[in-house]
Amino acid sequence: MAPATAAQPLEFLLNGSPVHVDTASPNMTLLEFLRARGLTGAKEGCAEGECGACAVVLVADEGGRTAFRAVNSCLMFLPMAAQQEIYTVESLASHGALADAQRAMAAAGGSQCGYCTPGFVMSLFAEHYRPGRTGPCDTLALAGNLCRCTGYRPIRDAALALGAPPDDRFRRRLGQASPAIGAVEIDGFARPSTVEACADILARDPSAALVSGATDLGVDSNLHGRRWPTLVSVEGISELRDFSETTTGVTIGAGLPLTDIGRAWREAPPVLAEWLTLFASPLIRNRATLGGNLATASPIGDAAPLLLALDASLRLAGSGGRRTVPLAAFFTGYRKTVLERGELIAAIEIPRPLPALVRFYKIAKRRLDDISTVAAAMAIDQDTAGRVRRARFAFGGVAATPLRLVEAEQAVEGQPWNEAAVERVQDVIQRTLTPMSDHRGTKEFRLEVSKSLVEKFWWERPR
Amino acid sequence: MKTAGQPVPHESANGHVTGEALYTDDLAGRFPGLLHAWPVLAPHAHARVISLDAALARVEPGVIDILTGADVPGDGNTGPSRHDEPLFPDEVMFHQQPVAWVLADTLEAARLGASRVIAKYEPLPAILTIQEAIDAGSYLTDSLRIARGDLSALESSALRVEGELSLGGQEHFYLETQASIAWRDESGAISVHSSTQHPSETQEVIARVLGVPRHHITVECLRMGGAFGGKEVQANACAAIAALGVWKTGRAVSVRLTRQLDMALTGKRHPYLARYAAGFSSDGRIEALRLLLYSDGGWSLDLSEPIMWRSLFHCDNAYHLPAVEVTGRVCRTHKTSQTAFRGFGGPQAMVVIEDILAQAAQRLSLPAHVIRERNFYREGDTTHYGQEVEGADRILTIWQRLKKTSRFDERRSVVAAFNAQHAHVKRGIAITPVKFGISFTATFFNQGGALVLIYRDGSVQVNHGGTEMGQGLFTKIRQIAAESLGVAEERVRVMPTRTDKVPNTSATAASAGTDLNGAAVVDACRQITGRLGPVAASLPASATFADVCEAAYRQRIPLFAQGYYKTPDIHFDPVAGRGRPFYYFAYGAAVSEVEVDAFTGAHRLLRTDILEDVGDSVSPIVDRGQIEGGFIQGVGWLTLEELLWDDNGRVATDSASTYKLPSWSEVPEVFEVNFLERATQPGVVLGSKAVGEPPLMLAISVREAIREAVAAFGHGDVVTFASPATPERIFFAVRRVRMGSGVFTFSVPHPL
Ligand SMILES: Cc1cc2nc3c(=O)[nH]c(=O)nc-3n(C[C@H](O)[C@H](O)[C@H](O)COP(=O)(O)OP(=O)(O)OC[C@H]3O[C@@H](n4cnc5c(N)ncnc54)[C@H](O)[C@@H]3O)c2cc1C
Ligand code: FES
Ligand code: FES
Repeated sequence: MAPATAAQPLEFLLNGSPVHVDTASPNMTLLEFLRARGLTGAKEGCAEGECGACAVVLVADEGGRTAFRAVNSCLMFLPMAAQQEIYTVESLASHGALADAQRAMAAAGGSQCGYCTPGFVMSLFAEHYRPGRTGPCDTLALAGNLCRCTGYRPIRDAALALGAPPDDRFRRRLGQASPAIGAVEIDGFARPSTVEACADILARDPSAALVSGATDLGVDSNLHGRRWPTLVSVEGISELRDFSETTTGVTIGAGLPLTDIGRAWREAPPVLAEWLTLFASPLIRNRATLGGNLATASPIGDAAPLLLALDASLRLAGSGGRRTVPLAAFFTGYRKTVLERGELIAAIEIPRPLPALVRFYKIAKRRLDDISTVAAAMAIDQDTAGRVRRARFAFGGVAATPLRLVEAEQAVEGQPWNEAAVERVQDVIQRTLTPMSDHRGTKEFRLEVSKSLVEKFWWERPR
Repeated sequence: MKTAGQPVPHESANGHVTGEALYTDDLAGRFPGLLHAWPVLAPHAHARVISLDAALARVEPGVIDILTGADVPGDGNTGPSRHDEPLFPDEVMFHQQPVAWVLADTLEAARLGASRVIAKYEPLPAILTIQEAIDAGSYLTDSLRIARGDLSALESSALRVEGELSLGGQEHFYLETQASIAWRDESGAISVHSSTQHPSETQEVIARVLGVPRHHITVECLRMGGAFGGKEVQANACAAIAALGVWKTGRAVSVRLTRQLDMALTGKRHPYLARYAAGFSSDGRIEALRLLLYSDGGWSLDLSEPIMWRSLFHCDNAYHLPAVEVTGRVCRTHKTSQTAFRGFGGPQAMVVIEDILAQAAQRLSLPAHVIRERNFYREGDTTHYGQEVEGADRILTIWQRLKKTSRFDERRSVVAAFNAQHAHVKRGIAITPVKFGISFTATFFNQGGALVLIYRDGSVQVNHGGTEMGQGLFTKIRQIAAESLGVAEERVRVMPTRTDKVPNTSATAASAGTDLNGAAVVDACRQITGRLGPVAASLPASATFADVCEAAYRQRIPLFAQGYYKTPDIHFDPVAGRGRPFYYFAYGAAVSEVEVDAFTGAHRLLRTDILEDVGDSVSPIVDRGQIEGGFIQGVGWLTLEELLWDDNGRVATDSASTYKLPSWSEVPEVFEVNFLERATQPGVVLGSKAVGEPPLMLAISVREAIREAVAAFGHGDVVTFASPATPERIFFAVRRVRMGSGVFTFSVPHPL
């Protein structure tokens, strides 16, 4: 990366025109910026990535193809917009002619109070122009947008009414490369292009905070008033966005947004799709990364249980060099990890072969886009005689950290995978898990449902 | 020209999809020097304020001023019906109640400033639950009561169903939070943009706080990003703070609550506790009902009293109760002041009666739909408050038609077959009716006003007293005006609601927005067309509407008129508990089918069929939207949205991540919505019927379908569970019914 230089202005493309911002607090959100500029189409409904009323689209690279990507502007710190190309709802209609997504929403009765509508339009617009889409729009692409008025049916109809995108300026835009998101250094914000440079900044500036997709940090800022004098983004480090799949394993860059993992992992086990659908919303998945999810060490994060069941390890990198740590040894306590200051997660490694059977279960009040009350990932390999060769039971929401039930795994290994084995696992759960009660559920429920999930896993085994 | 009854999109649809439709906060950029406000929040549910020291806040960069009680020139009390809501309290009455407001150049500075205000409190004991309020005798009103008949049947009936049911509240979660911008206008008076359902009351409250006559204050509501009752009263305090800020600083002031502030500070749908005893004949006819309803009113009265009245009126839902005594108590707790929310107390009472009927069905081993049907009102019946149930035969008509179109009987067998084959997932199907009374129960609110202006080119401005919150009122008004004037819709512009156009309006609420304001618009239009008729007759047939208007102008005929409407024939005597509080009833029914997973307690809504009586629909897209949206909102309330307070009285679910609204996953996979045909409602504007609130209660079909599915895990035991039916509650309800001990267990104790 370039050596630290004098602060440059923040520059990006907004609705096709260049924007220069001379001074911006690194904690200002893109949404606040847009609204203050008079682009009030994007609304603040929650400021925490839940409602999608603030959605805008970025032009992004999707494995060599250029795509529009809807994201929550309330969770993008303004400097993260540097070098990006951003479109807001104001840019879609041209000379009074509505874009297809807009026309469909209006005609179908997709707006009542209209407050959620610009956000829906942006999500739908991105889906409408999704490269490679052949069938109808995927209505789940809108699952990151909340509407309190319509009950969604007309919005679903609007989405399903859309055909192929027209050959217009937007489609032509997708024929060209996406903007390069490279090194940036502006006041209060740095986007280095190597792991070493990143570690360097963190070591130099103890007040600096690492940021990846900002879907966690942004909430911390907006809702809890946390402020950071300097943010260091990993978005420019290409190594963190790599993905590779070989016979011995899969390596996922810690800075690769979840959406891209789903796209890049060609031979993914079915559990990945199950897990992705249940993880946040498309708007969040378009930015959120595994590095950010694991680094928070949240006991209710959804990545840890699945990755634990897949025996993942983490590649860490920092000023002190590089090391690999099994995920099972990564969490050291409530929201604590082995990460040292200046060290970051570079990649997640999943060894192959994967277990023959892996399932992910998530207990939450709402089926889509909710935080887990309990999350569980379970994996079983059996030998030809039906005895368990390898078992993995990993849970979130039941202790101070995500955890693997090694005792339960050992209790069933070498045994037939049957109801008796299920009971042994349940017995370990009963004795060792220490869930708490909160607004998501009581400890009694967490414990009972954890046991019940083991039974469900067994009941739903392929027969 | 036929414009009414046409399926036209929302009048602002193009503005919505382009982002050009403006909401209050979108106007901020138009006010140079605008100040932003942030409250100083009390960290106690109940406490005395000992002292406030704002010295540190004043030196915070960007902070301009701090508003406290000493700044109020008039009467610093915003209570709508009773003087019980001090804007700057000496005694804190709920957790996070604002005790002062900081004004600053930016919201960030105001927030930091507020965190610098040093406030000292003396904590006082707090009442945080309905049961604690009952124990302490803490109520906001006297007992409200309606009774008829002889309750002795309770002792002699073949079956007695007794128990209690606790129902959670609901956060409105209008997507646009409370927002007001106030400024000193060109004439030196105060103008306010407010996201309010009730501009006239907002005006009244501001005038009261500032101690000026109401003509000094102009309130305008452009449109709201949703309201659902939550901005009927609760918009007033924000607007009052904004206006007070202008008064003190001379600068324009914006008060916009963040989502968390909105959820922490504003009132919600009332949580309820119901205690009941009901007597049934062996064939499932309800013979007597004694019902005690407690609502959690929070710290001040707000609209809790009429809300409880509506509960008392609706504890019958669609059923004839020969002997009944229903008593309502509004509990005073140290919580947000609960307020209007779509249905206004009706839904809670209707869930209770449906719960009782379902239990009776299980106890008598009869299908629940049979018991429901047996108890329907018939033509000629009167309600327990003495109102004849006009159109009662529509209940059965709707019921039978819906059963047929949804293939209810056939699908019941399919569900039974499915259940026989699946041990750990079960399905349930249920049909429930809705009867909902239309009118404000406070008779004097039932009036509407309009001011229709026609310009010489034939273009029209329509002003009326109603506000647009997404319910499609403006769309309907535009259709009604165009229809009444005989012009194309494009000629008609519906103006933002302003107190200087139509004064002394009622809140847009009680589903009556179109009935009242639409009729007033028709009245105004009729006067004008009456005047234009002779003019048109004197012109060649080829004369356009514009030609007629120009000619009328030249003949010195006024091209504007005020319209007025008051609902006839309604009255209610609260002492006797008798009267005709409702102009008419809206009817509907829904069939829902769900699938419950015993392993997780999760359920999926597979299919819903709705048949709703909307009269002659003025605007089919709008009406269908109200039905679907209301239904899903009800589904949220009954199955998903869990409003919780912690032990300190703080709202524990105070954000979008902890309080979950229905999203994509709650929409039924098959969703059939139809209007009852040939359903003209006499005496209502264009034969239409109110549709804003009634569909919410159709969601009770989902709760009842869940009960059916849970019951299928057991062996005929009665299934009960508190509301909402969260996965946790369903999970444990399945456990209980599987163990055969479902009877008389009410809910899993929840530590929060
Ligand atoms: C609406 C919404 C829904 C959500 N739903 C879910 C859900 O269903 N399941 C779930 O598990 N989570 C959920 N989350 C939480 C969040 O999205 C995830 O935790 C996400 O993966 C965080 O990734 P990020 O890149 O956005 O992290 P950021 O916010 O950028 O960072 C989070 C933390 O990780 C650190 N960090 C980031 N990258 C690295 C790295 N490479 N090395 C070391 N430290 C790093 C940062 O310093 C910061 O402390 C949700 C969040 C929102 C807003
Ligand atoms: S404001 Fe709700 S997601 Fe951004
Ligand atoms: S139309 Fe009101 S929130 Fe969607």
